Amino acid sequence: MAELNTTTAPQDAFERERLDNVRPPEWHNPPPADRYGLVVIGGGTAGRVAAYEAAALGARVALIEHGLVGGTCLNVGCVPSKSIIRTSRLYAEMRNGEQYGAQVPLDIRVDFAAVMRRMRGIRARISREESVRRLVAANVDVFFGDARFTGTDTLAVDGTRFRFKKALVATGARPDTPSIPGLADAGYFTNETVFDLTQAPRRLLVIGGGPLGCEMAQAFCRLGVETIIAQERPLFLPREERDAAQILAESFARDGMEVRLNARAVCVRVENGQKVVDLVTDGETSTVTVDAILTGTGRVPNVDELNLEAAGVSYDNTIGVHVDDFLRTDNRRIYAAGDACLADKFNHTADASARLAIRNALSYGRRRVSALVIPWCTYTDPEIAHVGLYVRQALERKIPVKTFTIPMHDVDRAITDDDEMGVVKIHVKERTDRILGATIVARHAGEMINEITLAMVTGIGLETIAHTMHSYGTQAEGIKLAADAFSRTRVRRAIPSLLRRWLQR
Amino acid sequence: MENTEPARVLDEQRLDRLQHDAFSYFLQAVNPVTGLVADTTRENSPCSIAVVGFALSVYPVAVARSWMSRADAVERCLKVLRFFRDSDQSGAPDATGYNGFYYHFLSMDTGARVWRSELSMVDTALLIAGALTAARYFTASTAAEIELRELVELLYRRIDWRWAQDERGVIRQGWKPECGFLHYVWQGYNEAIVLYVLALGSPTHPLDGNGYEAWTVTYQWENMYGYDVLYAGPLFIHQFSHAWVDLRGIQDRFMREKHSDYFENSRRAIMVQRGYAERNPNEFAGYDDCCWGLTACDGPDRGMPELAQILDPRHHLFGYAARGVPFGPDDGTLSGWAVLASLPFAPEIVLRSAGTMLDRYPGMLSGGRYTTSFNPTLAPDAPRANYDTGRRGSGAWYSTGHFGLDQGILVMMIENHRTGLIWQLMRGCPYIVAGLRRAGFRGGWLS
Repeated sequence: MAELNTTTAPQDAFERERLDNVRPPEWHNPPPADRYGLVVIGGGTAGRVAAYEAAALGARVALIEHGLVGGTCLNVGCVPSKSIIRTSRLYAEMRNGEQYGAQVPLDIRVDFAAVMRRMRGIRARISREESVRRLVAANVDVFFGDARFTGTDTLAVDGTRFRFKKALVATGARPDTPSIPGLADAGYFTNETVFDLTQAPRRLLVIGGGPLGCEMAQAFCRLGVETIIAQERPLFLPREERDAAQILAESFARDGMEVRLNARAVCVRVENGQKVVDLVTDGETSTVTVDAILTGTGRVPNVDELNLEAAGVSYDNTIGVHVDDFLRTDNRRIYAAGDACLADKFNHTADASARLAIRNALSYGRRRVSALVIPWCTYTDPEIAHVGLYVRQALERKIPVKTFTIPMHDVDRAITDDDEMGVVKIHVKERTDRILGATIVARHAGEMINEITLAMVTGIGLETIAHTMHSYGTQAEGIKLAADAFSRTRVRRAIPSLLRRWLQR
Repeated sequence: MENTEPARVLDEQRLDRLQHDAFSYFLQAVNPVTGLVADTTRENSPCSIAVVGFALSVYPVAVARSWMSRADAVERCLKVLRFFRDSDQSGAPDATGYNGFYYHFLSMDTGARVWRSELSMVDTALLIAGALTAARYFTASTAAEIELRELVELLYRRIDWRWAQDERGVIRQGWKPECGFLHYVWQGYNEAIVLYVLALGSPTHPLDGNGYEAWTVTYQWENMYGYDVLYAGPLFIHQFSHAWVDLRGIQDRFMREKHSDYFENSRRAIMVQRGYAERNPNEFAGYDDCCWGLTACDGPDRGMPELAQILDPRHHLFGYAARGVPFGPDDGTLSGWAVLASLPFAPEIVLRSAGTMLDRYPGMLSGGRYTTSFNPTLAPDAPRANYDTGRRGSGAWYSTGHFGLDQGILVMMIENHRTGLIWQLMRGCPYIVAGLRRAGFRGGWLS
């Protein structure tokens, strides 16, 4: 049995509960069956969902996990990060109390240990849902260990042989560490280690302006850490729309974060116990001195330890396992799902792709991954959420596109809540009400984007949204206002013909 | 807080004076030896090559309006054009240019690169647009004017636009000897039409492939505050290319699809600015439908001693920034010149707004010229907690000194409104016509 995933988090009752759920200390792998209908490699979101689905379909299922069941999301991703983001938002609101007509508390001191303790409590609670026991109760044989393929329909876990009809690679991804000279020696955090902290660093450099870097930089800044964020590109979140990234940069500045755009970290050294980092911007070098470094520079798929060659499955270390639109690998018995094979590395994509792969693998389904409508959200303040096409993608496909834009300062509930920084942008195919995509920047953009996703999946157009009552006093009214703006343009176009008809009576 | 006083419309006489006083910047800020023009009137300001482009464009206006003799204007043009012809084009860190492009900021005395500035593609385009304007105006057969035109040809023809294209064909924004091309890219609508038109119209090094399409594919056509508009936040973006190129009634592929044109788009951008100022989401002082103008400008920053007593701690200031609507950044800072430079697009609205703003905040003029910005929320007697009480001070914080870009665009756009002189000149420029056609523009005066 492989060594327990090491964690330096305090081994309190919360941590004991979590580990008891996701990697029971006394666990003994059961004897494997002669042959499994499905072997799932990886116990993260994709692996667990696949195992449940397959078991529900009546398949004999084995799940093999290398570290902790629950994967990145529960243990070192969404769950812990959302927990500390919530506390950091509260501190920001306390400091800005005057803005809300409230008294600013006289002594705002961040109890970082308490922030992390709360996070561990939440993580332990959510781990109950994702426990090994629940998998076992669903008739899934759970094995801890390192899986390696030994043939086209066989694999081994630490020497124990498994035969399978079908297998699913759901091994997830891990942080991609930038190769900056001196970084490894100086020491740094990634999402896999930063949630073990019990004491906040005084000064933090976040390298990387993608979703993880932006979320964590803002959270630590609001928790009183002097934070610098260095992003190699000219804007944060390079995938997102320019306006969204600019709004975020302004928000960071208001938080008092030091923003270094176009800044590439080229060298790290330790001087007097401090980490000294050289940043290069347009050929000019500047130096920052911090106590800790957090990297958030992308993720790489966990595929190189699986001996996929033996199974005849092609892969690379950037994309991961090569799959077709049905999530099949080169070996028709083997499928993949989640971060191990998809460019969109989100918890909900892992979930959806796992369901799709299982349907295709076990029920002769023909569901295509390209047909998935995938929303996502970066949980900064304001949040930045997107679904569907970006305008640029639409234009590249020669689809004429028009965007209905509602700044959040036109939404009453955003005004009452002082949440005016943001925008709802809904892209439609021009001269139709077909929604191609949307970007929402708002305090609760992640909640709001789901309405657009539902509309896109079900083929509901903007006209129907305009006819759909939205509760007054919600920020989602911004979506209704965009739909109303659409309706007005329709009415404007219709007027001349109506007028003509009336005149001809 | 609403301003209740009646709007004042700017009259023709005042307009003439404002245009003349803006022009006088170029007489004050020029180096008599090199002909280079300073970026600002502030101490030790270097030359901005874009400001030289504006200078070359406004000399013809000054001659036409009898503010300057033709000989004087030609002499000034010759001086600076000869300087660029003879300048160090090695691309060395202290040279003046490379591959026909120039560094953004140069020493006023020697023309050497300063501030480790970038070799700027768009600023070179503004410089060359100015040079071509002068060449179109000074068409006499005198030795001086013939030389002037030859110099302009030489400078334009030697720009290697292809060198500045990236793998998609898009023109890069800048280059530095220390790090090569900057990795900023033109994304979304901006002031680059004139750059692309000049690059496409070049008889020597025209752009390869379809860089213009690769740029315009990043546009966003948006319905915003009830207007269909090709969005860009700062006002200057809706003005700069229009200073030289008459974009009225001609359309590229994008605008044909949208049944609009760039001129109409700038008019709508003004409506969006006014819509934003009326909404005034940050509750800044002074904003209304007659007081707007968010653009790139130098503005107040936290370190300014005069603000120490009045600045609300929650009021975030941006210093030099490309302010824009409706997504900001917005710190309550407006630019009077940017309103008046919108004159051709919506004359009635602009004359009323510019007149009202000058009436309310006369301090935005110093020596008869617009300062680059003002901020009524930071009035010297503003109560510190003005957000909570709604109380305002009187007057405003005003920027000091003058910026060449502001004065240049003002002279040109007022002239285009009054006589269309620059537009007429450039409509006759074969390179502009060729560039527009290659970019896919059709219709209107191009037919």
